[in-house]
Amino acid sequence: MLPTKHVDELSGWGNYPVAPARLVRPERFRQLAPVEGQQIVRGMGRSYGDAALSTEGTVILTERLSRLLAFDPETGDLTAEAGATLADVLDFFVPQGWFIPVTPGTKYCSLGGCLAADVHGKNHHRDGTFSQHVVRATLILPDGRRTTISPEENSELFWATAGGMGLTGIIAQMTIRLTKVETAWMKVTHHKAQNIDMALRLLSDRSIDDRYSVAWIDCLAKNEKLGRSVVMTAHHVTKPDLPLKITNVLGPSKRRAKSIPFDFPRFALSPFTIKLFNNLFWAFNAGRKTFYAHYEQFFYPLDRIKHWNRMYGKRGFVQYQFVLPTETSLRGMRQILEQLSNTKRASFLAVLKRFGPEGPGLLSFPQEGFTLSLDIPFDDNLLPFLDSLDDIVSHHGGRQYLAKDSRLGPKLLPSMYPRLEEFQALQAHIDPDHHMESDLSRRLRITK
Amino acid sequence: MSEGSALIVGATSGMARWAAVELARQGYKVILAGRDLDELNRIACDIKVRTGSEALVEEFHGEQMDSIPFFWRKVWTEHSDLRGILIAYGDMISQESINREPDLARMQMILNYNSPVHLLLNAAKDFEEQRHGWIACITSVAGDRGRVGNYLYGSAKGGLSHFLEGLRARLTASNVTVLTIKPGFVDSPMTWGMKLPPLPVADPRDVGKAIVKAIDSHKDVVYIPGLWRMVMFLIRHIPEKIFKRMKF
Repeated sequence: MLPTKHVDELSGWGNYPVAPARLVRPERFRQLAPVEGQQIVRGMGRSYGDAALSTEGTVILTERLSRLLAFDPETGDLTAEAGATLADVLDFFVPQGWFIPVTPGTKYCSLGGCLAADVHGKNHHRDGTFSQHVVRATLILPDGRRTTISPEENSELFWATAGGMGLTGIIAQMTIRLTKVETAWMKVTHHKAQNIDMALRLLSDRSIDDRYSVAWIDCLAKNEKLGRSVVMTAHHVTKPDLPLKITNVLGPSKRRAKSIPFDFPRFALSPFTIKLFNNLFWAFNAGRKTFYAHYEQFFYPLDRIKHWNRMYGKRGFVQYQFVLPTETSLRGMRQILEQLSNTKRASFLAVLKRFGPEGPGLLSFPQEGFTLSLDIPFDDNLLPFLDSLDDIVSHHGGRQYLAKDSRLGPKLLPSMYPRLEEFQALQAHIDPDHHMESDLSRRLRITK
Repeated sequence: MSEGSALIVGATSGMARWAAVELARQGYKVILAGRDLDELNRIACDIKVRTGSEALVEEFHGEQMDSIPFFWRKVWTEHSDLRGILIAYGDMISQESINREPDLARMQMILNYNSPVHLLLNAAKDFEEQRHGWIACITSVAGDRGRVGNYLYGSAKGGLSHFLEGLRARLTASNVTVLTIKPGFVDSPMTWGMKLPPLPVADPRDVGKAIVKAIDSHKDVVYIPGLWRMVMFLIRHIPEKIFKRMKF
């Protein structure tokens, strides 16, 4: 029996909601096993809401199970324990000329978490989600049995686990296929979009498309400037294309990490400061420009600021990420941006991205279309406001990202995730006694 | 590249694992010794993947005193390039349970004192003859004073620190360095869920790195994190008249 530890306050990366927790932390691989009662696994705690909280149950931490076990330089296949982070992988493998095939905006997330949330990156339109690069995984079922899952072996269970938010069991270990790179650098091009129409057009424009594409969007701009954006496209630089003055071909970035030492006061991120930042950012990105950036700058700008979530103060913030199908994107995005700018709710970081075709994960978030991700500081009227956005999203055939959600109700979930019933049937079959439950699964009634 | 080999005894502990990764990164071939071979093999794989260095596994049972000379002989003869030893095993049960059940003290003394001392005495003979190398041993800040809450563990670790002091004096002439490592609170299974005074709790990864840094700079005694040198200085200077009434 693993010793437990009680903490009064545990939360996701958004610092909302906060719940007490009973924690266990296996130090050895064989100790990783289901415990009594209800439970959910927590990797690095980088999901924003309550996906890795379990007020009534136990939270199993995988942070100590972070061993990299085998690497095959022929195929790029890396086998590692689920608690290993993308940072663990990048630190050693970038200098060897390998990169993570699909990465979210932080490298401080666990491999297990990446599969459970089936994360996407700036290359979704080309390379799909994380799970599509997982060769196989070891899943510990709620009854304690260990089983191998992959797109070929137990494939139903694999595609339920990909995006399944930890509800199919404990992801213990996995093999992912790394992708080859020649340098640690990205060639980035910025294109200005005067409004949301143009932003969506640029993101779909084949003539400027690249392996990675994403847009920073100004949520406070109004009227004809509504949704003005800077579209950023990039690819890994090949060795011959790297400027001679860059001598650090495959090494880590020389820039040092900074830390936010405490929760900022309310006024630090107010509509005023965000507006100021947005105007400066817009002004500095005049016209089209191309430059070279180290991968850490391009993919993980916020990782340089440890505890950046403290910028939002003690009350935290809510991440709101949704996707709309291509046909309804422009109409829906406009409505939502108008709502935001009318209520002067600014998002310091607002990111727009085009998604490629939907993958086979039953509860995977990405569907073909456009996704917008916002983080909005908490205020008293925020929750009803977001409910009204949910209606717009759902009305346009879109959905919420569960890894970021902290407040959606159960009502809209079945229409947002049409394969939910399929997931529920499979989940109920492998976990009839409801061992795997999180605050998220209880709130959204994901399990049956 | 090759720095020779380093033996890490008790290598499944977090700080020992990360110290082993650091040593391997410097080019050491690492020999990981301990009880749990499954775990040791996983750690060895990790070291190979992360650093490209060789990592071997050796079975070792610290509580089996009779096996210690054989264990040492085996390691010493199989690895003629052995440059250093890091002793990282030990055990801690609560003082309360020892007060209730005095027999429990025996195994604590064996694991935290008798066994490492016996292993080091065997190793010292060969290192003395080889006339180079390093010995590093993890004791504890708990050994600096006999606290009512943890004095059996403290006395064993304190004894071990004193032993290392003498060993250092003996081996200095032979060009062998002896490092005493005194970690403060480390986020390990030992402290997991324990109510601790409001002092920083170190991450085993940082402690592992600090251990290797101390080995590299030929330190004698190191507190990790360094703040603990000051904390223990103050605690050592509390007069006994007051200390004996303190409840921690």
